Amino acid sequence: MMAYEISLLIVMGISITAGLSLNLITGFCGQISLGHAAFMGIGAYTSALMTKNGLPFFPSLAAGMLTAGIAGIFVGLCSLRVRHDFLAITTMGVGFLFLGIVRQQDALGGEMGISGIPDPGLGRIGFLLFVMGCAALVVYLSLYMKRSWLGFAFDAVADDEDTAGMLGLDVTQFKLIAFAIGTSLAGLAGGLYAHNIRFIDPDSFGFVESITVLSMVVIGGIGSVWGVVIASAVLSVLPLWFQFIEDYKLLVYGLLLFSVMRFSPGGLSALCFNIFSFFRKKLT
Amino acid sequence: MLFVELLVQGLLQGSIYGLIAVGLTLVYGLLRILHVAHAGLFTLGGYICVILTNQTGSFLLAVLASMLLVGITGMLIYRICYQPILDQPPFVPLIASIGLFIAMEELFRIFFGAYGLSFTELPLQEPLPFLQVSLKQAEWLTMLMSVGFVAILAFLANRTKLGLAWKATVTDPEIASSFGVDIIQVRYLNFFIGSSLAAASGCMMAVLNNLVEPTMGSVPSYKMLAIIVLGGLGNVRGTLIAAILLGIIESYGTIYLDDLLDRDSIAFVFLIIALMIRPQGLFQRT
Repeated sequence: MMAYEISLLIVMGISITAGLSLNLITGFCGQISLGHAAFMGIGAYTSALMTKNGLPFFPSLAAGMLTAGIAGIFVGLCSLRVRHDFLAITTMGVGFLFLGIVRQQDALGGEMGISGIPDPGLGRIGFLLFVMGCAALVVYLSLYMKRSWLGFAFDAVADDEDTAGMLGLDVTQFKLIAFAIGTSLAGLAGGLYAHNIRFIDPDSFGFVESITVLSMVVIGGIGSVWGVVIASAVLSVLPLWFQFIEDYKLLVYGLLLFSVMRFSPGGLSALCFNIFSFFRKKLT
Repeated sequence: MLFVELLVQGLLQGSIYGLIAVGLTLVYGLLRILHVAHAGLFTLGGYICVILTNQTGSFLLAVLASMLLVGITGMLIYRICYQPILDQPPFVPLIASIGLFIAMEELFRIFFGAYGLSFTELPLQEPLPFLQVSLKQAEWLTMLMSVGFVAILAFLANRTKLGLAWKATVTDPEIASSFGVDIIQVRYLNFFIGSSLAAASGCMMAVLNNLVEPTMGSVPSYKMLAIIVLGGLGNVRGTLIAAILLGIIESYGTIYLDDLLDRDSIAFVFLIIALMIRPQGLFQRT
């Protein structure tokens, strides 16, 4: 394989992990988050600082997941207090808070970011396989969870948390579980990102990134695992495919986000479903 | 004097925030849409103002034209973008709106260039001293405008039939329409007023900085969301108070908190603290 295709696939794998991690929180458990990139950032900064100080790659990655997950539980506690639009804005605030703190700390590299992050030492192909393995695991985990007892509990919380509470479900506990799993997977995506680019700065985890991840989930079809996988894969390489229209790249991206929401609010999975049932009606 | 100067700067910044956030809170109060593209209208207002002032030489004319044109654009955005997706869950219009905002920013960059535009002759620069505080005309005008517009809105809402129709629609659209209120018209009017307030804010921002650039809306785009939440979503007076408070807190914060946080995240620290203590916002919805 060419080096270019390899990096493309790595980027895809990382996006799928990130997209599915948010899908767990927003899609399965119904808690919207506009600050998901902050958790990727926490994972990335933790693992990058550790490998830079000579620690091996895998434990650092795990530590990144752990810190991101702990931060996620704290934000999950916020979700117990506020709902819907308020939660959206609170999580957005968490995202900006992360940026604001990282920017002013010299120990975290400040505005300049962290450069010279060591290579994980797996080789490009090895790293690709590892990323793809992680993505596949997350896909499996999502599919498994969706059918499991936990997935049904998440569904109930997403649908109507008051009713779920009355039926005896411990809403608090399920929300925290969703946040803990989702954000630690985001930390994994962040750690992989840091060791792929081998340079991170606050802007890599800004508001735009959070929106990009959210749009992967929403365009794919909120809660749909395969929809999100496809949307993450396509959206992550879209800017590279659009190189030929250079100057109009972001314009097309913005209009695309807008049009999907305007014309097919259920995302791509709803669109496919509608087309499918349309043709079935035609045939019968 | 540093104390007073910071206070005045905070009031000024708060007024700008207030003008833009009041428009947004009107939209939110009626339709429950987190209308991020509002910040795009703010930028559009600034551009129209600079271009028309440079063409005609009259700042007043430019501001009025800008408010009118942006108001109409706001109505079009409602008709084309939001009306068909009103019955969807709230993140659908939110993401549509974010997409629209990204596209708008790019359009400004493509049409007017990445480096922005300035006035050929900057209006309203005479200093006007008042009680030891010396500010430029433009700065006084900004503060007057934010208080003035909110007063006008309060008058419209509380003393006219139109305001009654608006309040009825906010409380319960179905019952309002069964009493003969034309809800669609109320929504259009709401978008017109909200968007023209964003335009006014954009015009004043253009004069204060003598610059309009494609990205001038990106900081307000999220900060105004924090402000309308603090103000108690949909509460006009609360929003103005929250905006001015935030302006003042930021202006002191940049001096005293600079080692810990950067300016733009101060708003969110207060937002998160406030929401954890009072999940319904600082000011109850009225």
